[in-house]
Amino acid sequence: MKTALKVLLASFAAALAWPALAALNVFACEPEWAALAQELGGDKVSVFSAVTPLQDPHRLEARPSLISRMRGADLVICSGSELEIGWLPLLFTQSGNDRIQPGSPGYIEASQFVVKLEIPKVVDRALGDIHPSGNPHIHLDPRNIAKVGDVVTERFVEIDARDADYYRSRAEDFNKRWEQAMQKWRQEAQPLKGMPIVVYHKDMSYFINWASMREAGSLEPKPGIPPTPTHLAELVERMKRSPAKAVVYSPYNNPGAAQFLSQRANIPIVPLPFTVGGTPKAKDLFGLFDDTIERLVAANK
Amino acid sequence: MHRILLCAVALAMAMPAAQAQESLPQMRDELKKLQQRIDELEGRVKDAESTATQAATQASSRPQAESALNPGVSVILNGVYANLSRDPATYRINGFVPTMGDVAPPTRGFSLGESELAFMANIDHMFRGTLIGSISPDNDSIGVEEGYIQTIGLSHGFTIKAGRFFSAIGYQNQIHAHAWDFTDAPLAMRVFLGGQLNEDGIQFRWVAPTELYWDLGTELGRGRAFPASLSESGKNGAGSLNFFTHVGGDIGQSIAWQTGLSHLRTNPRERTFDDPTAGVSDSFNGTSRLWVASGILKWSPNGNPTYNNLKLQGEYFRRKEDGTLVFDSPGAALANGYDSRQSGWYAQGVYQFLPTWRAGYRYDRLDSGAVSIDTSASGLTAADFPILAGYKPKKHSLMVDWSPSEFSRIRLQYARDYSRMGQPDNQVFLQYIVSLGAHGAHTF
Repeated sequence: MKTALKVLLASFAAALAWPALAALNVFACEPEWAALAQELGGDKVSVFSAVTPLQDPHRLEARPSLISRMRGADLVICSGSELEIGWLPLLFTQSGNDRIQPGSPGYIEASQFVVKLEIPKVVDRALGDIHPSGNPHIHLDPRNIAKVGDVVTERFVEIDARDADYYRSRAEDFNKRWEQAMQKWRQEAQPLKGMPIVVYHKDMSYFINWASMREAGSLEPKPGIPPTPTHLAELVERMKRSPAKAVVYSPYNNPGAAQFLSQRANIPIVPLPFTVGGTPKAKDLFGLFDDTIERLVAANK
Repeated sequence: MHRILLCAVALAMAMPAAQAQESLPQMRDELKKLQQRIDELEGRVKDAESTATQAATQASSRPQAESALNPGVSVILNGVYANLSRDPATYRINGFVPTMGDVAPPTRGFSLGESELAFMANIDHMFRGTLIGSISPDNDSIGVEEGYIQTIGLSHGFTIKAGRFFSAIGYQNQIHAHAWDFTDAPLAMRVFLGGQLNEDGIQFRWVAPTELYWDLGTELGRGRAFPASLSESGKNGAGSLNFFTHVGGDIGQSIAWQTGLSHLRTNPRERTFDDPTAGVSDSFNGTSRLWVASGILKWSPNGNPTYNNLKLQGEYFRRKEDGTLVFDSPGAALANGYDSRQSGWYAQGVYQFLPTWRAGYRYDRLDSGAVSIDTSASGLTAADFPILAGYKPKKHSLMVDWSPSEFSRIRLQYARDYSRMGQPDNQVFLQYIVSLGAHGAHTF
């Protein structure tokens, strides 16, 4: 009888302790934040990314599977600045999870912690699907990754104080490696200075700014509006007068329009990873920048 | 840059020619080094300047505290041109109630559809509020389509909604008309839900902690709208009761699906309907039990719907009603036992074949089923209720639409509607739907 009671008590204690042993569930909207959370959280976190590299983060749907994921999330990390406005608000209201609502420690809007580019002076939908609070694709400036990383560590510590030391030491290690990598990338990206490129969507702006490149045009006539024949013809003409060094696109873009411009204006076409997992080499955040720089430098020769 | 050149020129002039020739390569080297340093410094200054400007813009673009807390506002405008081969005033779906104006297509020619005005915001850390008004252009009235509060501060998957909201019965009922894939509601929604069912009441919903999406919920309503109906005095408690559950998930990266089952129980009191074929007004008292099964499947290559995507959707409705039927209620009220089992379904597919173009087909089918009217007591016969005579209405609809952006859509739809017994109706609709203001999120 006594042993039975002991077993019962022990299993009861184990059941109570179980949530503490379980990994922290991180719901990242985009793969880059999933990769960052994984770097910083190690085996104390279980990470899920809503968007895959082949999906356009603007155009996801609030699928049932995402609602389930959101229900069990302890921390949500998203770019924000209205990038996910078409689907994320529904996940918040339908998940029945008070820990990750905007304003609570369980929600990180990454773009709030960096200096944003392209904040429009005039906000009008006739200008396309513009984001009033600035360009939300902030992750392609390595300095921004470091800034957001600090916030992620801070929240890990806040939510899961038991493992605070673990998170802090991982953060220290990551920051050291990131700092070294940034120095290396600075060197490697030297030749890109002033290099004019044509982008598909304005999702490369932070990289262009970091590497002091020049955006010579975009395949979309206006942000969020798919390429039109008239606009492409215009772009071909412009490229004949002052050619860009490359036309780049992301894995979620249809390469058709980029190929068209590449052939007509005789400009090399460069598929870029855009995010972690976007190319085989971009398997983590370090690989993402290695590969992006390598591909652009190769095209610039 | 200019300064360096000037310096170089001045230096060159000040030096004797022979000396200059000797040290020219050296000077070039030094100039080059200087140039590099200046470039680097210029770059840094530029960086610092742009960071400062950005910071300033970011700071100045922040709205003032009061207006920053304004709710999100959006307006939906839509207009239709309708070309109907038969007069919509004679519209009916034979074998079913409700009738006429409640289910009819829009008037012939040009008409402005209902304009929608929506406000939404988080109220505090516990609640979120939504108000969606619809402005009807014909009777100059503003109706409340939805006006509810909903919890965001509950945990463990619970959400409570209270106010007026579209019932979570079936699939399409919860979706606002401007987000539908066809101009009009499926026939089944019209005869089983009176078009679109919005209840005044309270909804409890729980999402299970499973990886496969599973929710359970219930709605207690006043019973303000078809299929329920209140007698003038109304009653305390709930006039309608709905139970629903959904299961959904992904198959690989390309397919997402959801199925649902719901059961609506109401007890209509003096639910009147016009019988256009007999020119009388009848009413029903009794119990109404409705079952709805729904399924939706969305496909897009690698889950990226931007270029191509396919959406398949279907719902099956089954209703059982028992009670008494009152013939020509304002006049000689004669009661008869009434018992019906009716069903209907629709299935539709919409394919986006180019980034801004979609085409779709919908098939509607209803079965008026077994209706028994007990005429032994009153001496009336089934012929006194011609609208309820057995019939199986059907309808084919074809549509193509163009959406230059997420915020506008122009649609052309053709339908051949066999709702009137023996009188097929050819319907052509040309429609625009646009949204202004806050970017709304659409349910799956």
